[in-house]
Amino acid sequence: MSKFRKEDKKSTPGINTSSLPDIVFMLLFFFMVATKMRDPTVLVKTAVPVVSEVEKVEKKSWMNYILVGPPRDGAMGPSPRIQLDDKFADVNDVQQFIILKRNEHPEAIRDYLTTSIKADRSVRMGLIQDVKQELRQVNALKVLYSASGGEVKERK
Amino acid sequence: MADIAFLLLIFFLVTTTMDTDKGLRVKLPPYPDPDNPPPKTEQYDRNVLEVLVNSNDQLLVEKQLMNIEELTRITKEHLLNDGRNPKFAVSSTEAIVSLKNDRGTSYERYVEVYNELLRAYTEVRNEYSLSKFDRKFDDLPPKSENEKEVKEKFPLKISEAEPVSFGGT
Repeated sequence: MSKFRKEDKKSTPGINTSSLPDIVFMLLFFFMVATKMRDPTVLVKTAVPVVSEVEKVEKKSWMNYILVGPPRDGAMGPSPRIQLDDKFADVNDVQQFIILKRNEHPEAIRDYLTTSIKADRSVRMGLIQDVKQELRQVNALKVLYSASGGEVKERK
Repeated sequence: MADIAFLLLIFFLVTTTMDTDKGLRVKLPPYPDPDNPPPKTEQYDRNVLEVLVNSNDQLLVEKQLMNIEELTRITKEHLLNDGRNPKFAVSSTEAIVSLKNDRGTSYERYVEVYNELLRAYTEVRNEYSLSKFDRKFDDLPPKSENEKEVKEKFPLKISEAEPVSFGGT
């Protein structure tokens, strides 16, 4: 009898925490894998050309992206469209887009802002020329023709 | 267990890369001001290497049909001519490459042609830099006198002409 009484007096044992780091790491990995960086939804196909003399972009926040290509949604037909931010746009919208983007940055770095034209290989230059003319009109002269690096593929 | 977790963590940290943006950096000419047109400068014909791309993606260099493989060679010849051949530039500092395309040219071909022209400039600059400073142009310290000299010797003058439509469909 005295045996049982003794046990009653003992305080409750602490929780074993030796597996806590494992649980924390499990959570960490779960969130690492499950989290997706917010990418602007791409509405057009942009398979950029492959060329050898590419330059890397060092300041991504100084880039404005203009996407040109056939819509991903097949129902919209094959003719190339322009995408600004998350929406389809017209050539006439380019100027305003650039001006808005420019106003987001402090004046000191506005000269460094570059417009990246990310266009599909199949796009005809006519449309891109129209975009280029719009860019020239708002004095956004720094342009990057988006392309992926590598040796130029075999030509027929 | 914690060791394994750390190993995994570091593995993921190292292997994850943000997709970087790459491309051909280009400076467009300023939009012509109707009230204040730019002064007309005389350009000798021989200083300008004329490259046309039509809507069938065919190449016309100095009024001759050409394959894209030859473009780099011709451009280098143009840049390194130094007045020897009367068809090409008087000197490298005055050499200009004019790139004209049709509205029907594909973007891929346009970028490829631009790439070949850039490649010619890179090679020419590298050769000059190697012979003079014993290292490649890219390896010269940025904003140094040497880099400036190479840039002045071979200034990157690729002009993207005002849009035209010259057919070929």
